[in-house]
Amino acid sequence: MLWSYTKTASFYLLVAIIVLVSVFPFYYAILTSFKSGTALFEINYLPTHFSLDNYIAVLTTGVFVRNLGNSILVASSVVVLALFLAVTAAFALARVSFRGRGLLLMTILAVSMFPQIAVLAGLFELVRAFGLFNTPFALIFSYTIFTLPFTVWVLTTFMRDLPVEIEEAAIVDGASPWVIITKVFMPLMWPALVTTGLLAFIAAWNEFLFALTFTSSNETRTVPVAIALLSGASQYEIPWGRIMAASVIVTVPLVALVLIFQRKIVQGLTAGGVKG
Amino acid sequence: MASTQSTIRIVPAGHTKRAKSDLMRQRLRAAGWFLVPMLIALAIVAGWPLLRTIYFSFTNASLTNLYGAEWVGFKNYLNWTVLKSGRVIWSGLLSDPAWWNAVWNTVRFSIISVTLETILGTVVALVLNAEFKGRGLVRAAILIPWAIPTIVSARMWGWMLNDQFGIINDVLLTFGLIDHKIAWTASSDTAMIAVLIVDVWKTTPFMALLILAGLQMIPRDIYEAAALDGVHPVKTFWKVTLPLVRPALMVAVIFRLLDAMRIFDLIYVLTPNSSQTKTISVLARENLIDFDKFAYGSAQSTMLFLIIALMTILYIWLGKVRFDGGDR
Repeated sequence: MLWSYTKTASFYLLVAIIVLVSVFPFYYAILTSFKSGTALFEINYLPTHFSLDNYIAVLTTGVFVRNLGNSILVASSVVVLALFLAVTAAFALARVSFRGRGLLLMTILAVSMFPQIAVLAGLFELVRAFGLFNTPFALIFSYTIFTLPFTVWVLTTFMRDLPVEIEEAAIVDGASPWVIITKVFMPLMWPALVTTGLLAFIAAWNEFLFALTFTSSNETRTVPVAIALLSGASQYEIPWGRIMAASVIVTVPLVALVLIFQRKIVQGLTAGGVKG
Repeated sequence: MASTQSTIRIVPAGHTKRAKSDLMRQRLRAAGWFLVPMLIALAIVAGWPLLRTIYFSFTNASLTNLYGAEWVGFKNYLNWTVLKSGRVIWSGLLSDPAWWNAVWNTVRFSIISVTLETILGTVVALVLNAEFKGRGLVRAAILIPWAIPTIVSARMWGWMLNDQFGIINDVLLTFGLIDHKIAWTASSDTAMIAVLIVDVWKTTPFMALLILAGLQMIPRDIYEAAALDGVHPVKTFWKVTLPLVRPALMVAVIFRLLDAMRIFDLIYVLTPNSSQTKTISVLARENLIDFDKFAYGSAQSTMLFLIIALMTILYIWLGKVRFDGGDR
């Protein structure tokens, strides 16, 4: 009896530790973001101060709002572009058997494993040659390298699982492949599209290396770069309060989205992965 | 739908065959057209830049002089000059201590972080696979570190690990685990530990979710049978759960390993300028953009690409993992 109690108790202790470790850093960032002045340098575990100074400072001075706009523009464009290219490609890869299909899928997967740094030099040249340097288009263009393989991969696994009867019925009714995709499959694919779109959005929203390299002025930066480069008057005077406020602003929508769509996101993350 | 199916059946056999091959041809053609845009896009953003990076690594290109670059062969990789005195001077990245330091950091970081993440991820996955009240809440909680952008987590932890005002030092001092405040990110002995803490915190959820998906594919009756036979739960884990979840685990490990090998953002923000944590990606970008050694940086990028490609090939070959999914 006692043994079973200790077992249950230690299990819940483990659960508590997992939750605490997962949530605490973000909680502490929120806590810090509401502190201002010298309160920032007192260590508190529970909320003691409430001041919006940091948020006001971040949103009114500098170009952080502009950075937010850039991030939203880049991430949404990337999602639309990747989904558009991926849906049709996934149809071909999932529903039509042709020679070299396995090899093609493998190549696509290989591209998603590319170290980004390996294409940095070549992309840098391309971006400059196309005159995209220091514009959001440079990022929309270059982010395709990691969003497209991923969306193709997940949508292919999803489309492969759609029942063949639906497609056969459509073929008998004389539907062309394009009609099958847009009229028959698309309505069934909304959940998968939402999931992959969301994951691609998050990936683009968080990207740092390309954003750091292909933009050079404060106005064209995306939020991760803006947060990374946020600094005070001197090197030793890091504005932690403002950094935390900016971090919270950027993260809250993401955390909200992830929690709302958590079931779908987990499915999307594990699709393809576990079937190995 | 039932009526259309019956129509198929009454069509004479020969006719169907011909119609089918026409159909196949039409489908193949459509498939081709559907694939072309994606392939072109990938060729432009991945294939061509990769080739150019490799090309630049054999030249003396610099940021300001990309097009006037001259071919220098393997000079960026390894080169030697024999002085009059007979002394040989080596140059190129293979003789560069900074390069080997970065390789060592990358390997050390990848192996330690992925090992820790696999162990902790398995623990979290096993917890989430058990049935208890509030399981949904725990799953939501572990998604939070995953959802937070890497840069933001680097900044958040940078603040928590701050030497003067950081909460981590405060906690450790309160519990008497350390006797003086540690400059986690600045000190050379702890910089790598700081990076590992943040990376493990951020990516264990991903591992846990992948392993959990594997665990959930194991039929429950196996456990029931084991329990009926009086097998100890620990033994059940080693003899039943682990072998069955191994494929999912291996895929998760290789994905994470390849991802860890290219780490850039966390280190760039959390421990800038620390030679203890500088990885290949950080070093290569520094040379490419900041130091205006474009060709040299390209050579380092190319080497990282080769290392990762080799690892992938070795893994697929050894593990015989089928990535293509195949026809089921």
